[in-house]
Amino acid sequence: MSQALTTLLAQAGNRFDSKTGAISVPIYQTASFGHPALGQSTGFDYSRTVNPTRLVLEETLAKAEGGHKGFAFASGLAAIDAVLHLFQGGDRIIVTEDLYGGTFRLFEKVFRPLGIDAVYVDTSDIAAVRIALKKTGIKALFVESPTNPLLKISDLRAIAEAARAQGVLTIVDNTFLTPVFQRPLALGTDVVVYSATKYLAGHNDVVAGIVVTGNPELSDRIGFYQNAIGGVLGPQDSWLTLRGLKTLPLRLRQQQDNAGVIALWLASHPRVRRVYYPGLPNHPGRTILDREHSGYGGMISFEVDDAARIPSVLAGVKVFTFAESLGGVESLITYPAVQTHADMEPALRERLGINDRLVRLSVGIEDVGELIADLQEVL
Amino acid sequence: MKLQTRLIHSGKDRDPYTGASSIPIYQASTFAQQDPEHLGQYDYARSGNPTREALEQAIATLEGGARGLAFASGMAATSSALMLFSPGDHLVVGRDIYGGTYRVLTTLFKQWKLEATFADSTDAASVENAITPATRALFVETPANPLLSITDLRAMVDIARNHNLLAITDNTFMTPYYQRPLELGFDIVVHSATKFLGGHSDLIAGLAVTRDEALGHRLKAIQNTFGAILGPQDSWLVLRGIKTLGVRMDAQQRSAGLIAQWLLTRPEVKRVYYPGLEQHPGHDTHQAQASGAGAVLSFELHEVATALNLLKRVKLPLMAVSLGGVESILSYPATMSHAAMPKAERLARGISDSLVRLSVGLEAPEDLMADMEAALGK
Repeated sequence: MSQALTTLLAQAGNRFDSKTGAISVPIYQTASFGHPALGQSTGFDYSRTVNPTRLVLEETLAKAEGGHKGFAFASGLAAIDAVLHLFQGGDRIIVTEDLYGGTFRLFEKVFRPLGIDAVYVDTSDIAAVRIALKKTGIKALFVESPTNPLLKISDLRAIAEAARAQGVLTIVDNTFLTPVFQRPLALGTDVVVYSATKYLAGHNDVVAGIVVTGNPELSDRIGFYQNAIGGVLGPQDSWLTLRGLKTLPLRLRQQQDNAGVIALWLASHPRVRRVYYPGLPNHPGRTILDREHSGYGGMISFEVDDAARIPSVLAGVKVFTFAESLGGVESLITYPAVQTHADMEPALRERLGINDRLVRLSVGIEDVGELIADLQEVL
Repeated sequence: MKLQTRLIHSGKDRDPYTGASSIPIYQASTFAQQDPEHLGQYDYARSGNPTREALEQAIATLEGGARGLAFASGMAATSSALMLFSPGDHLVVGRDIYGGTYRVLTTLFKQWKLEATFADSTDAASVENAITPATRALFVETPANPLLSITDLRAMVDIARNHNLLAITDNTFMTPYYQRPLELGFDIVVHSATKFLGGHSDLIAGLAVTRDEALGHRLKAIQNTFGAILGPQDSWLVLRGIKTLGVRMDAQQRSAGLIAQWLLTRPEVKRVYYPGLEQHPGHDTHQAQASGAGAVLSFELHEVATALNLLKRVKLPLMAVSLGGVESILSYPATMSHAAMPKAERLARGISDSLVRLSVGLEAPEDLMADMEAALGK
C-alpha cells in the first residue's frame, strides 16, 4: 500500500516490537547483542553497526525520501563528513556559495587540507553551474536549497540532469524543506543530507544528522563509512528524532502558514528594507518551487533599514528567542553576521548580502498574531 | 496570550542558567544546599524537581488554574485528588466515568469509607437527586468513554455551588486546548496525560490542576506525602508533547470529523457516536462548553462478526487500549475498557458487543478510511 507521508510518519516504528506489541519503538540502550549460537546472529551484533532504534529512524527516512537507505549520525556535520569521505585528494566539488557556515568550515578547514577543492558557485544560476561543471576534476555538486540565510532556490532537476550527463554526483542538503516539501532524490539527485536537529526532530532538543542514499552502491559506501568512522546517533536521540518526525507535516505546515503571514507583514513595514522568503510572489526562486516542490518552508530573512537597530531588536523580543539554530516549534531570531556566518570572510559575506542589517527568523508554531505583535514592538 | 503560544511558551520551559531552549532533565534525587538553616528552593526531588515543575507550570497555565501537579499516571492523579476527602464523605460520580476511576472508588476508597453514588451526569436532576448530607464533591467526565456522552459542565457547577460541593472533572478527552472546566467554575481538573497531552503513546502520566491556591496547596501536600510523582524524563516528554498539542488536536479532529461522516454512509454501521455530529445527544451542550469535538469516536456495527472482523483485519489502526496518540487506535470496549463491568450492566448502558472505539491519529484520513473499508468487506 502506498501511504501518504503523514501516515508513514505517524506510524513510524509502531509495529517494530512484535514481542510485546509496544506502540512506541523501544530505546535499545545497549552496546552489544547476544548471539543465539556460534556463527549465528539476530541481525544485531554491535550498536555502532546496527542499533534497532536507530534502524527504525533510518528506514523511516529512507522511505520518506524515496531513497534506498538511510543513515543516522551524531550531528548534521557528522552526516556531511561521512558523505565527503566518498571523495579523495584531487577531486573537486561544486558547492553552493552561500552555504551553511559549518559546512563551509568543514570544506575549508578539514577537506581542503586533504586535497579536496570546493568550488563555490551561485547554484541558483543554472548557467553558472553548467560553466563550473566544465572545469577539470569535478566529481560532485553539493547544493543547499533554499540557502541559508538568503533562501536562494536552485533548480535541482536541471542541476541533477546536467551533473548526471557528466557522471557527476549531486548531493543536496534538504534541511530547510524536508521531504514534506521537497524530495531531491525524485528530481534525479543522488544523496540527501540533513541536520535533523532542525525540522525533522523539530523541538530544539536533539543534535542529529541524516544521510539518505539513492542507490545500493552509495548505500554500501556510506554504510561502510558510518560503521568505520563511527559518528553514529545514539538510541535516545534516534528515538527523539523519530518522535519528532511523527508531527513533522503538521509542524511544517503551521510554520509555513505563519511564515507566509509574517513575510507579507514585514514586506510592508517601513523599517524593513528587504524580505527574503521563497513564498513571496516576487521571490526569484518561487517559480521553481511552485513547479518542483510543494511548499516554501518556515524560514525568513530580512534587512532592517539601520544596523544600529539590531541590538534592541535582539534584546527586546519576548516571544521570539534570540538563539542560533532553527526549525523548532518555538520561534527563533538569529543574527547571521555574528552567529551562523562568523567564519566567513567579511568581504565575501558582504558581497553575498549577509550584511550587518540582516536578521533571520525561524518561525515556530505559536499564534501568528502574537509573533507579529512581538516584531512590531521591537521594530 | 493565546493558547497556541502558551503551548510553546508556558513559563518555565527555558533553562534560566544556560538559556537552553529545552528545560534540562534534572535526573537528580537530591539538591545540595548552601545554608543549613535556610534550605534552597529544591531539596528533594519528590517535593520539587525543576523539570516536573516546568510541566506543572505549563498545565496550570493552559487550564487557567492556580496550581498544576504531575503524577505517575492518570490514576495516581485521580487517586491523589480523592485523598482530599475523609472517611464518611460521599461523592456523586458520573455513571460513565473512566473504568479505572470506578474501580478505585468501588474497591480501595470504599474500604476507607469514602462512599460514591454513580449517577447519570448527562441528566442534572439525577445528579441532584443523588446528593446526601454527607456529599462533598461531584466527579464527572465529558465527553465520557466510550459513548462520548455529554455532561453539562455549567449545570454541574451550579449544583456544586448550591450544595457547597467541590466540582472535579476528568478533562482527558478534550484537553485544555478545547475545554477549560476551571474557567467554567470547576475546582479541580484531572488528566491522563498519557493520552492527548503526551500524545505519542510513549509514556504514562497524570496531571491535576486546581482553580485556587488553597486547594492547590492541599493537593501538593498529598503529592509530596503520598509521593506518586512523575519522573523527570517522563515530565520532559509530556512537556515536549504539549508543544504540538494544538496542531495535533486540530489535525486529529479534522480527520475524526471526516471519518465520522464517512461511517454514517456505511451500510455495515448502525450508529456513530461523535460529539461533532449534530445528531449526537448533547451536541449543543458540548458546543457551548468546548471549542472542539475531539478525536475519539465510537460506532456500532449491525453484526458482532463485522466488528470482530474489522478489529482483526485493519492494518493501520493498532488494535489496543488507550487513545490520544499520533497513531490511530481501534479498541473493543466489551473486552478492553469495560471488561470488568457485568455484561447486563454493560449492555444496559449501550456498550454492546458490536461497538468499537476509534482514537483517530495523524495518518492521512484517506488511508484510514481505505483501510477500514477493506476490513469491513466480507
